[in-house]
Amino acid sequence: MTDAAISVAGLAKRFAKVAALSGIDFEVPAGTVFGLLGPNGAGKTTAVRVLATILRPDAGHAEVMGYDVVHDAAAVRFQIGLAGQNAAVDANLTGRENLRLIGTLAQMPRREVAPRAAELLERFDLSGAADRPVRTYSGGMRRRLDVAAALVRRPPVLFLDEPTTGLDIQSRTELWAVIRELVAGGSTVLLTTQYLEEADRLADRIAVVDQGRIVADDTAKGLKDQVASTVIEIGMEDEELAGQAEAALARFSALRPERDGTLIRIASNDSSKVLMDALRRLDAESLTPATLTVREPTLDDAFLALTGKRCDDCLRAEPETRAAAVSGAQASERSAA
Amino acid sequence: MSTALHPVGAAEMRRHRFAGAARDTFAITRRNLITYRRVPALLVFTLIEPVIFVLLFRYVFGGAIAVPGNITYVDYLMPGIFVQTVVFGATNTAIGLSTDVQSGLLERFRSLPMARSAVLTGRTFADLGRNVLVVALMAVVGFAVGFRVHTDAALFLAGVALVLLFAYVFSWVFATVGLLIGDPESAQAATFPILVPLVFASSAFVPVSTMPSWLQAFAEHQPVSAAASAVRALMLGGPTASLVLQTLAWCTGLILIFAPFAVWVYRRKV
Repeated sequence: MTDAAISVAGLAKRFAKVAALSGIDFEVPAGTVFGLLGPNGAGKTTAVRVLATILRPDAGHAEVMGYDVVHDAAAVRFQIGLAGQNAAVDANLTGRENLRLIGTLAQMPRREVAPRAAELLERFDLSGAADRPVRTYSGGMRRRLDVAAALVRRPPVLFLDEPTTGLDIQSRTELWAVIRELVAGGSTVLLTTQYLEEADRLADRIAVVDQGRIVADDTAKGLKDQVASTVIEIGMEDEELAGQAEAALARFSALRPERDGTLIRIASNDSSKVLMDALRRLDAESLTPATLTVREPTLDDAFLALTGKRCDDCLRAEPETRAAAVSGAQASERSAA
Repeated sequence: MSTALHPVGAAEMRRHRFAGAARDTFAITRRNLITYRRVPALLVFTLIEPVIFVLLFRYVFGGAIAVPGNITYVDYLMPGIFVQTVVFGATNTAIGLSTDVQSGLLERFRSLPMARSAVLTGRTFADLGRNVLVVALMAVVGFAVGFRVHTDAALFLAGVALVLLFAYVFSWVFATVGLLIGDPESAQAATFPILVPLVFASSAFVPVSTMPSWLQAFAEHQPVSAAASAVRALMLGGPTASLVLQTLAWCTGLILIFAPFAVWVYRRKV
């Protein structure tokens, strides 16, 4: 067994005519969080399903705790816990019955099942609802139970497939705290997410996945450094002025500005010089910025640079949480800078 | 690595591989029976339907149906109704499994170190439990509307046992259908064209001899007729052995085909 809790080499999977995974490689050292970041349909869930022995890959090789996911699938199942969008709990059972069922099926010793279920219900703040059928639970409670179910046997490797998709900010923050605690306890976590902020906050290493390929595999900081050291954002009063400003800046070839509504974004490695140049250009055209922000690049910037598209695509489904997550990420970046 | 984690060694995994299957089956059976308890409507309507069939054939159609020999139609009818009820009831196996496929629960089960077959054996055992209840109710309703056993209590119970065995076998047939189709509405719709010819073109409600000869050929050589006639013989008398053997042969054949087929589909599907 190597140091890697999860190792994946050349993994490929096709569904009918669609290539869900076109050969991905990565390694997750034991005791770390690895984030698979990408939009819907990027292949993240397919990767998790292969690693959780639910799907057989068409090509390539994957090991979890040194066991091959195809030839030693039974052994892999003893090492893993799975939670997320495709796993589920039984709506007609109570929370307690669900956890006990999973504990039994995970082959826990009989006498340990009930105490462990009680402990997890307590830990996930579900004690009060423990003996109510799950169909009466809120979305957040259900998701917490789902994650608890993945932990029943204390597996060394955890797969969390978009664990916070659809959760409100508070439930999301709570779940993040739980994940950090697990990792502090030595668990290895493979996390898939559409949320840049989530990957940024939790993952030691992030692979950006797009159309079944890994387009980058680095630390959050490394990914951001691949883009530029600084991002300058110039906000204009309206879109017309912003258009004029963009044109003015674009004539200055070193800047490569990008416009998003009234906001113009310039990434650079030499922020003070670029900022001075940009402001001089605008001043020459009698354009005055309404807002001016200099910040570290976010993963959003990195995703754009790496895939040529914004990761907003993935977040469009949930406008409120998206706006909150993005502004939260920027706020934290600013305070860090 | 922290002591909180539980990495599993090879010896422990080997031990579970054999001891676990029965425990897994029991856990899944229990889970499915809890569902029947939590969703009483499910159970109530599966109980009402067969009662309606008894009343319909006993009082609406029964008067117009002549049966050979000197037995009343209600006596002819009840053994057939027992078989019809459990065969129709097997639809629940298809619906239950396809609901699980859709909910994603099977996806989680497949990531657990449990016996692969337990999801299916647990489902069919739970449905057998439901069928015990259904058959008991049918017996009560049958006796209330005038059904009388012509043999003795032991043979009557043997007949009931045969009905339950037949029910169990059909659960596997419809488990396969449920897994193949994978969504509850379609699964329910898919069972109908299988059920109707099997149940109505059989000796369950009317003597096969009243059917046109081309239909007789089918009706005489299919499992529902064999089971209905065997249960009838056990409860009303007459030559029994060959009919019971025929039914047991059907049961053996069907389970040998459909149990491995269902497990195979389960392993591939989801």
